[in-house]
Amino acid sequence: MTRNIIISSTFHLLIIIIATMSLPFLTKKPIDLPPIISIDLIQISDKTNIPFAPKAKKIIEEVKKKEEEKLVSEQAPPKKVKKEKPDIVPLPDEKIEKIKKPEDKKQNPEKIDSEIKQVSEFEKDELFDPNNIAALIDKSKEDIAEKVYEKNKLTQDQDKSINVVGLSLSEEDALKAQIFGCWSIPLGLPYNENLLVRIKLNLKPDGTVIRSEILDHARMNKPGQGFYKVLAESALRAIQLCQPLRVPSTGYERWKDLQLNFDAREMLEG
Amino acid sequence: MIFRYLLILIFFLQLKAFALIEVDITRGNLNPLPIAVTPLSIDEDSKLNFKELLKEDDIGSEISIVIENNLRKTGLFNPLNKDSFLQKSDIAHLKPRFEDWALIKAQAMITGKVTFVEEKLRVEFRLWDILAGKEMMALAFTTVPNNWRRVGHIITDKVYQRLTGEKGYFDTRIIYVAEEGPKTKRIKKLAIMDQDGFNTKYLTLGNELVLTPRFNPTNQMVTYLSYFRNLPRVYLLDIETGVQEVVGDFPGMTFAPRFSPDGKKIIMSFAMDGNSDIYTMDLENRVVERITNHPSIDTSPSFSPNGKYICFNSDRSGYQQIYIMKSDGSNVKRISFGKGLYGTPVWSPRGDLIAFTKLHKGKFYIGVMRTDGKGERLLTENFYQEAPSWSPNGRVLIFYRETKTDAKGEGFSAKLWSIDLTGYNERLVDTETDASDPSWSSLLSK
Repeated sequence: MTRNIIISSTFHLLIIIIATMSLPFLTKKPIDLPPIISIDLIQISDKTNIPFAPKAKKIIEEVKKKEEEKLVSEQAPPKKVKKEKPDIVPLPDEKIEKIKKPEDKKQNPEKIDSEIKQVSEFEKDELFDPNNIAALIDKSKEDIAEKVYEKNKLTQDQDKSINVVGLSLSEEDALKAQIFGCWSIPLGLPYNENLLVRIKLNLKPDGTVIRSEILDHARMNKPGQGFYKVLAESALRAIQLCQPLRVPSTGYERWKDLQLNFDAREMLEG
Repeated sequence: MIFRYLLILIFFLQLKAFALIEVDITRGNLNPLPIAVTPLSIDEDSKLNFKELLKEDDIGSEISIVIENNLRKTGLFNPLNKDSFLQKSDIAHLKPRFEDWALIKAQAMITGKVTFVEEKLRVEFRLWDILAGKEMMALAFTTVPNNWRRVGHIITDKVYQRLTGEKGYFDTRIIYVAEEGPKTKRIKKLAIMDQDGFNTKYLTLGNELVLTPRFNPTNQMVTYLSYFRNLPRVYLLDIETGVQEVVGDFPGMTFAPRFSPDGKKIIMSFAMDGNSDIYTMDLENRVVERITNHPSIDTSPSFSPNGKYICFNSDRSGYQQIYIMKSDGSNVKRISFGKGLYGTPVWSPRGDLIAFTKLHKGKFYIGVMRTDGKGERLLTENFYQEAPSWSPNGRVLIFYRETKTDAKGEGFSAKLWSIDLTGYNERLVDTETDASDPSWSSLLSK
């Protein structure tokens, strides 16, 4: 009897532990953190050739010096971070490069690597200077796409939270807008028929299509479904024309397999 | 129990890992599809033979021009400039370098070859999907050399159907009333031509006024209104033999004839003593049947494609409006309720729409509405235009438009125009003379 109670208690305890560890993701509200604003240190191009204001130059030199001493993230206070083993590094892929960078002893701000760097909120305030705006404006057009890309590169924690859900509205809209422009809808299709073509894609991290599969492939060769073949081919052409697809820069695991549902009814019914 | 609970947990955890992201694409563009129509290649011997027979230097190029013009007029295709082609057409016909064609933004390509075989013209063509890098269609046609334009039309029909999903309308003819002379003394003849305006032939001499010619489903017979000896009556004409006859022995005026979808009956209006009603006549036994019986003017009848319904216009409500009824004349129902007068209703070959002419505030419109009268869309507006006729696939309407005369009474003209259902692709149809009352045939090669 006692033995049974012990076994039962052990198992109940085990269940409670597993539930405590696993269930919260079901009830957890999506993290709604304000977006992190990153400031980009850019190299002045030969075209603009605007010199740094002396004050900005001085500040940037100071920042570069500090970079040798610390590697910080948005969440981690600088004091608690060890040089050799940073707890949280914003860009996992570039972790090794980031660690190596402090070894660069060159202090000339004109030779700052054009690669975009994430800085903490503390540094951001220090860096902002009106004299630096001109340099930013001149490069703004070129950097827009890069900035969007970088903004999407959130911290690992945020990346994990996004993994739980699908594409964000803006990510989905970007993809849709791209494909809208590529899809020439065959106008002769009978709009009272089922005009839904589902295509499953396997994508590379840059949005290039590795493999595409029409999910209702059998329908293409059915008698009286010639229009479906035309529609499916037009959808495949749109994907070919559009690739690389405008996919998010992070979270490859969640969108490497993607299903596009091409539905022509709305357009054809007018 | 524990096992079940663990399974549930694992299930939820797995659900997170395997959820496939779906994105709904519900919009696209209606831009014309860029297509490369390469000149059909031809060997030197064949070229010489065809030059002797047809007086055409390069029949391969001529056929490709027919195809290209047909595709361009649809508004759905954008044939690319031949100067931009990077690969020779004869090599492309055997093995296209898809990357070269993709470079000039082609999404589809037509290649072909023409040969002179036993006094006949043999044309083979292939349709390629450039982006997928595969052949979509390959066909060959053999015919007498004089049919070379028709081969171009048939190839266009095949390509159009393969890429749009609906049948084409290029291997067709148009019958119309050719007009010459001043407005007050117009000479009107029946004429027939290919849909692109070539190969015009005149079927009557112009001694009598002729109006409203209509094809039968086999395109062999034409029914029309003629004022022979100043008596307006519906006639039947065999295009091949030239034999014509009066339809029915009516004591008054018959007009607005049209064939039933099976070609066995003619439906028309018969007017006497100021009243006009709709009648049908069986062409086999010549039995006449009265369809409407109302003290108003009922005219312009047109059968639905399945022959079960008839649309017509009537002023029984006080104003000219469009009505539909069963083919026996029962269940008459008004379907047009917009402002203005509605006339010349024609049922679409697809069965989903009715085209009409509308007169409102002194302007004429060509429009379409659904068969229940809803979804009215006015496609084009002008000073004077009427008599729409459907292309066999129900995508395009042909009609005629008149221009105003100036103060001296000059400058009058009547021309054929076409417009597709989008309302954007409006084009002048080339004719040798002024033209009115067009009627589109069904596909010659079915």
